[in-house]
Amino acid sequence: MTSAPATTPVRHVEPVMGTVFSFDVRPAPGQDEQARAAIGDAVEWLHWVDATFSTYRADSQISRLDRGELRIEACDPRVAEVLELCEVEYSASGGYFSSVIGGRLDPSGLVKGWSIEQASQLLRSHGCTNHAINGGGDVRTVGEPSPGALWQIGVTHPLQPDALTTVISGSDLAVATSGTAERGGHIRDPFTGQPPVGQASITVVGADLTRVDCVATAAFAMGPGAQSWLERLAGFEAYAVTEAGLAWWTSGFPRYGTVPAATSGDATETPAHYG
Amino acid sequence: MRRVLLALISTVAGLVALLGFKTHTPDTTTTPSTSTAPTKAATTTAAKKTLTGSAIDTRYGAVQVQITVQGKKILAVTAVQLPDRDGHSAQISQYSAPVLSQEALAAQSASIDMISGATYTSDGYIQSLQSAIDQM
Repeated sequence: MTSAPATTPVRHVEPVMGTVFSFDVRPAPGQDEQARAAIGDAVEWLHWVDATFSTYRADSQISRLDRGELRIEACDPRVAEVLELCEVEYSASGGYFSSVIGGRLDPSGLVKGWSIEQASQLLRSHGCTNHAINGGGDVRTVGEPSPGALWQIGVTHPLQPDALTTVISGSDLAVATSGTAERGGHIRDPFTGQPPVGQASITVVGADLTRVDCVATAAFAMGPGAQSWLERLAGFEAYAVTEAGLAWWTSGFPRYGTVPAATSGDATETPAHYG
Repeated sequence: MRRVLLALISTVAGLVALLGFKTHTPDTTTTPSTSTAPTKAATTTAAKKTLTGSAIDTRYGAVQVQITVQGKKILAVTAVQLPDRDGHSAQISQYSAPVLSQEALAAQSASIDMISGATYTSDGYIQSLQSAIDQM
């Protein structure tokens, strides 16, 4: 291996949980091996999460719990932890986030964000204080990509997937996007059983990816009520693209991401940052 | 009180959806994925117009919406009248969602580290783009 300057990334891509996870660690000079070892631990963790929580695996603890073959007390303590977190998100979203889908136990909506959040803590405990993790479009960033710089997270335009619609910048951020195209439109309004209408995608920014991911899922399921709910929800900001190709955002979102120039009656196609 | 606001937002969103369907269909046929030129051309040729909808009486008060259009494209939707009884005035203006092409981003030297989006698994685009970024 060649010697590297301070900001040369150590990257790793891992297929797991039916999607792809990307790690980008920016180690201090001479810490590359440490970064690789930390990523190795995080990858091992993600595979453990998949084996334990996957609803696609008949032998996972979640599948066996759902079939009544395993009691919660006999499961790994992490299973109870996840199900408790699901209860919290169920209440916080007025029932729009749910871990029971079609009568089956399915905490998948929380597990991915939670597993990335845990992986990020694992990297930090290994001394990797500057890193970004992307799990199927759910992103957690910590520290900075290079001294004095911010992480830049592009959000794809849901109606034009070869382009971005906003760029979010920050240091310690959690970003998740929910939308119609996500996993073949599996999100449904739990009260109507129908796919939600109104938004093509909703992107949520916050501090903790476990919560951010659930808030994005719940807001998307809400449909037209999402904007009002997100505006009042403390600790989260959001940017959405409607099915008609229009964008709206919460009042605090411009602190993190680019928005179209919002001069009344004279909206343009160019976001303020790039105008 | 929350119900009031939700109902109003629904009304406005419904109007937006109706307006959007009319104008969006022709757009899709004229937007080749390989070029951003049509968007630019539309911006410079067609004049912008502001159209104000009828005031619709609801049991919470009148709701009236104004749109800014350019040709057949809606650029902005703004509520002219919207009852606000509980002090929560959610921003309901909506603007044409920016389309930031890779060329535009490259021109601005915006170095994207990570990609978020809901099209991840169905489309493969993000995966491909992220994997390209991962090779940098």
